[in-house]
Amino acid sequence: MSHPFASEGTAGDMAKTVRHGGGVQPPDQPTEQLRLRPPRHRVSPRAVTWWTTQAILLAVTTLIVPVVGLIVWPGARPWLVAVTLALAVLAVAYVLVMPRWRFRVHRWETTDDAVYTSAGWINQEWRVAPMSRIQTVDAERGPLQQLFGLATVTVTTASAAGALRLEGLDHPLAIDLVDQLTKTTQATPGDAT
Amino acid sequence: MTPDPEQAGTGTTEPQSDSDWLRLDPRMLAVTPLRQLLGFLPVIAVVLVVGVNQDLGGRVYGLAAAVGAVVILGVLRWVTTRYRITDERITQRSGLLVRKARSVPRDRIRSVDLTAGPVHRFFGLAVVKIGTGQHAEGIESRELTLDAVSAVEADRLRQRLLDRPGTQRRERADGPDGANGTDGGNGTDGADGTGTTGGAVAPVPAGAELGALNWSWLRFAPLTASSLVAVGAVAGAFGQFVGDLGVDPSRIAEVGDVGEQLSTTPLWLGVFLLALVVLAVAALGAVVIFVASWWGFRLVREPGGVLRIRHGLLTSRSVSLEERRLRGAEVAEPLLMRIGRGARLTAVATGLGGHRGHGRGALLPPAPRSDAHRVAGRALAEDPSPTGAALRRHPVAALRRRVVRAVLPVLAAAAALELVSAKLVPQVPAWAGWAVLGLLPVTVLLAVDAYRNLGHSLTERYLVTRHGTGERRTVALKRSGVIGWTVSQSLFQRWARLVTLTATTAAGSGAYHVFDVRTAEALALAEQAMPGLLEPFLHPHGTDTAAAQPTIAG
Repeated sequence: MSHPFASEGTAGDMAKTVRHGGGVQPPDQPTEQLRLRPPRHRVSPRAVTWWTTQAILLAVTTLIVPVVGLIVWPGARPWLVAVTLALAVLAVAYVLVMPRWRFRVHRWETTDDAVYTSAGWINQEWRVAPMSRIQTVDAERGPLQQLFGLATVTVTTASAAGALRLEGLDHPLAIDLVDQLTKTTQATPGDAT
Repeated sequence: MTPDPEQAGTGTTEPQSDSDWLRLDPRMLAVTPLRQLLGFLPVIAVVLVVGVNQDLGGRVYGLAAAVGAVVILGVLRWVTTRYRITDERITQRSGLLVRKARSVPRDRIRSVDLTAGPVHRFFGLAVVKIGTGQHAEGIESRELTLDAVSAVEADRLRQRLLDRPGTQRRERADGPDGANGTDGGNGTDGADGTGTTGGAVAPVPAGAELGALNWSWLRFAPLTASSLVAVGAVAGAFGQFVGDLGVDPSRIAEVGDVGEQLSTTPLWLGVFLLALVVLAVAALGAVVIFVASWWGFRLVREPGGVLRIRHGLLTSRSVSLEERRLRGAEVAEPLLMRIGRGARLTAVATGLGGHRGHGRGALLPPAPRSDAHRVAGRALAEDPSPTGAALRRHPVAALRRRVVRAVLPVLAAAAALELVSAKLVPQVPAWAGWAVLGLLPVTVLLAVDAYRNLGHSLTERYLVTRHGTGERRTVALKRSGVIGWTVSQSLFQRWARLVTLTATTAAGSGAYHVFDVRTAEALALAEQAMPGLLEPFLHPHGTDTAAAQPTIAG
């Protein structure tokens, strides 16, 4: 489930069909697989606890409104009870499913040339940024992450379209990673645009 | 990342005498107060006409005091504002009580834009805006504005600041005599005495013209939706104005008559006439806006690799775009324009300002699509233009997704209406739900159009992608300008075995999407556009885990 990439066509096939100024034609013989492999490292297992805490907080705040409604507005009880119950079921499912699903998806990897991350749960995203294009690397931790000894590493490029975020890393590891990435990017030539 | 912050002229560079600091044009002594007073004109009028609790003399004195204050502030601003250009940086100091110093290193300068509103133009002045194209916040400002210098000086600054060191040296070698001849009054370089302003004094080059206004393009003006909005704004402002004056439109005899006649005509005719009038006003307004903003449009490639765009009737604008900042071009066709075979052309470039580079960097007025592609090709120095490349169609699953998205909401709305009319609110007629179903053909047509517009391609140097139905956008992005990839997949995309490939870039909106393609196709495209970047993260060919994964036949 985690990496559903499977289809036809290869880079090799495409390479032969590029024309000057023209388009790329579909490869005639669908032969080999071309799929992204998952990044090497999982995030810290404590991230599951962190995500669960976040999910519980969100679920509780969402449920406050209908519950208060039930108390102060007895006339609406017949249908409001149904709504509240439905919301509660959804909330419990969210609290149970989301953190575990995320933990299966969230992964990261750095090489000498690039940073590679995967993230998400229902909607998933794989991102690659070459070292030569990285502008800043930061580690940050909110109150909850501090509680669980976690940190988020943010890798920004010159693109205005958002940074790579490595959420829920072990805090000491995150610090090391920032150091290492900063050194690597400084050693890599280029103005990052 | 930033070099040493500005030391207010005391440190870093060799000692500079006070005379290196230049003032803004003295004509600003008149322009600054004049512009402010023009802005306050309505207030002044109101004070003079309807001022309360004061005799006329008091009002006049009060006004005189206000005018005096504005003039004094203008003088102070002029006296305290100075700028200096050294070999390394351009610095501006301003402010009396709070001294401000802004500094931009010259090798960071990416754009020098000139703007002159009506008042500035009357006095022969122009505002110079110097941009660095940096997104990151730093000690040093990203932008520096000289408001204002003489139009001649502005153009000289533009050429001088945009001149790369390389070209400057070459031109010095080519014509040192010419450089010395026109050196006077501009000796702020202070590097080696002779010919230091080489680039600045090169004769205005007759650049190659890539595009110029064709008045037949005026036909696209009414097709631009933005002008309709503008007309609405004008109408709103007018209504406000009339309201402010305390005039009831119906009390004006002529308007009252029209109102009288309208009330005796059938409703449908009234609505029809009103719509006609609104359309006519919108079209007229669009034409006026088009003429005002695109008058005298020219796109020129200047020596040294600068694209220069000039246009504007009342406010004249000059935007200079370094070609090395150019990462591609975008041809956008809003629905109405597309029906009229028109398009807009914008540059995809770094440092155009704004979080999302849209709305800036227009390379052409609304123009015929063929012209847009042709000028795109010229601007990118590609023939044929990559924006016009033949595109690969996306999998039929993408069509299915779009049709579902077009049909389901309509069905849901219809069902909801049925339920409401049957059970809860009897006032809702029973046919309302069925009427909503009448939307289906329209939404399905749009879905099919959206699918037909999907496409992507790879040329020798460009990644081309197209999408959209309300506004069809074709983007040609320089492959070397891609600074990362994102592959994303929603739950529904996973079911349809599709992904969206996003190329991130430092230019334009920062991300350009290839929507709804097969995974392998997306990865092959990315790997081919930027060989080697994705490769370490791909499963090896003939992967051993293939058996565990579902495979697609054909």
